[in-house]
Amino acid sequence: MTPKTIFQKIWDKHVVHQDANSPAIIYIDLHLVHEVTSPQAFTGLRQRGLKVRRPERTVATMDHSIPTVPLSELKVFDSLAMAQLDQMATNANEFGIRLYGMDSPNRGIVHVIGPELGFTQPGMTIVCGDSHTSTHGAFGALAFGIGTSEVEHVLATQCLLQYKPKTYEVLVNGTLPAGVSSKDIILALIARIGVGGGTGHVFEYRGEAIRNLSMEARMTICNMSIEGGARAGLIAPDDKTFEYLAGKPYAPQGAAWDKAVAEWRTLPTDDGATFDKSITIDANSLAPMITFGTNPGMGMKITDRVPDPDTLTDPLAKSALDKALRYMGLQPGEALLGKKVDVVFLGSCTNSRISDLRLAAGLMKGRTVAEGTRLLVVPGSQEVKKQAESEGLDEIFKSAGAEWREAGCSMCIAMNGDQLQPGQYAVSTSNRNFEGRQGKGGRTFLASPLTAAATAINGVVTDVRTLIG
Amino acid sequence: MSQFTTLTSKLIPLPNNDVDTDQIIPARFMKITDKNGLAANLFFDWRYNADGTPKADFVLNMPQHQGSNILVAGDNFGCGSSREHAPWSLTSWGIRAIFSTSFADIFKGNALKNGLLPIEVSPAVQESLLALTEEAPSATVHIDLASQSFTLPDGSQHSFGIDPFAKICLLNGVDQLGYIQSHEAKIAAFEMAH
Repeated sequence: MTPKTIFQKIWDKHVVHQDANSPAIIYIDLHLVHEVTSPQAFTGLRQRGLKVRRPERTVATMDHSIPTVPLSELKVFDSLAMAQLDQMATNANEFGIRLYGMDSPNRGIVHVIGPELGFTQPGMTIVCGDSHTSTHGAFGALAFGIGTSEVEHVLATQCLLQYKPKTYEVLVNGTLPAGVSSKDIILALIARIGVGGGTGHVFEYRGEAIRNLSMEARMTICNMSIEGGARAGLIAPDDKTFEYLAGKPYAPQGAAWDKAVAEWRTLPTDDGATFDKSITIDANSLAPMITFGTNPGMGMKITDRVPDPDTLTDPLAKSALDKALRYMGLQPGEALLGKKVDVVFLGSCTNSRISDLRLAAGLMKGRTVAEGTRLLVVPGSQEVKKQAESEGLDEIFKSAGAEWREAGCSMCIAMNGDQLQPGQYAVSTSNRNFEGRQGKGGRTFLASPLTAAATAINGVVTDVRTLIG
Repeated sequence: MSQFTTLTSKLIPLPNNDVDTDQIIPARFMKITDKNGLAANLFFDWRYNADGTPKADFVLNMPQHQGSNILVAGDNFGCGSSREHAPWSLTSWGIRAIFSTSFADIFKGNALKNGLLPIEVSPAVQESLLALTEEAPSATVHIDLASQSFTLPDGSQHSFGIDPFAKICLLNGVDQLGYIQSHEAKIAAFEMAH
């Protein structure tokens, strides 16, 4: 038998039909839905008189436009956002879809609650009208973002039209040094290949450094696959995956669990399987990373200096860097270490899970947020929030002077009132530093939770390694 | 879906690399439950000053580009978020085709489902199209989807590639859902077997 990659195995199992010169019809095991990219899809179903084909394979939540201040304390609530949330509730009710709505104790960012509740499982095809659906690849699932037309296709047929993407091996050897985390691996990868480097491909992250990561750290890496332009990113399941999933509410139970695990063990890429592309990263040589520009590929080691557009020869690349530095208010050759930061955002589907909060709280304990800097901590789900509170992490953050919020996408996408003011600098654990992403005129440095916490303590961009001795 | 057969238009230069969908339509304009009003917010933060007045130096605000339907962009157009609001806002402003050396995967798929044609060209052709917008700004380019070619003002013809399935959908103005639905028996059989 020809050796296969995990991607190939999952793909082959899900092809329903394939005509010549046409995309494959692939079956979707799990469809995640949120309030922002779904309303027009439900409208389409109504106009065509269609139902949701498999409501039990469809899970909805509210995360993007939801406020992170408790509703009881909220003075004004954006009426457009409210209408959108109401519409999600109406659609879920009318089409018989499970919804983790405003009052649900399990509500949270769609890419946090999917795994948390055990919906996300190895070998599945998973889609959502959200590019960070790649997060679920950490479980050895083929998971990717789709547009609203495709949301409608999947609601109506549980299927999607897709051309088969190519495969791209990301081999991460060695051991991560202290103070360096999975966020730094993915930022280093994207800095090397650029934001379009993975276009048309599915990443498979492999190697010793990946195997040594926790499930949550693996989710951080897979989450940002899209920032490298990849269709998806995945990691073969192993005992850590099964331990994480065991006992989760929607994971298989009893005999079904044993059968599932036996099947999941057949998923990893066979020895001798080949990839269309490959890149190797040495974890030992990595350092905490930070972005300086206006896309996630404009990143560097935190101790490096901002590059000079004049060193670039390609006119478009040169003008892109020049424009980015002007937007960011940075000079070529400038160091970011020591740069004053107005806001630190700890949250988003990239880094808002309990292990992220533990890492940051571990550093914050007994310390305070610097005068003139605001630290916003937004747990990824109400479940993460509850767990953090049971461990006293909220007290560590609050006594340090941070704001402790309800779950949601919050300042990652600035749709819910949590946003930067024009000109402000932020160190953010989220995934995008595009112009205006965190608020019009706001300027984002992407980094890990450890770098974010260290920066909040000093009020300036800080190398966490100087605080952990 | 809007049909796409041929298009003759002047070119609008947007020589920026990695234009992300947050620039095309900022997230704060996605608190809608329909597809209305997006043209006004297209490229909002590049297009308007803080006081709401149009920025005179942004291409979409220039008088000579009003009514034009083709964008010439830098590399990797449409990266970032999966929002279909990006092609919705581009088409509602009037953009029907975009030239670039590459497109982000999700954006490309979304564009093709909305009658917006992404045309991949070599860096050399991209450069000549951008040069054309400076040297002969009122010149038009003719795109013919059926023959997968476009003609420059000097008469030179260039061919481009397109997914054959999307091409049929565009030429006929039909969306893709009907095709999936026509395989209902296979979908049902797949569900029985799994």
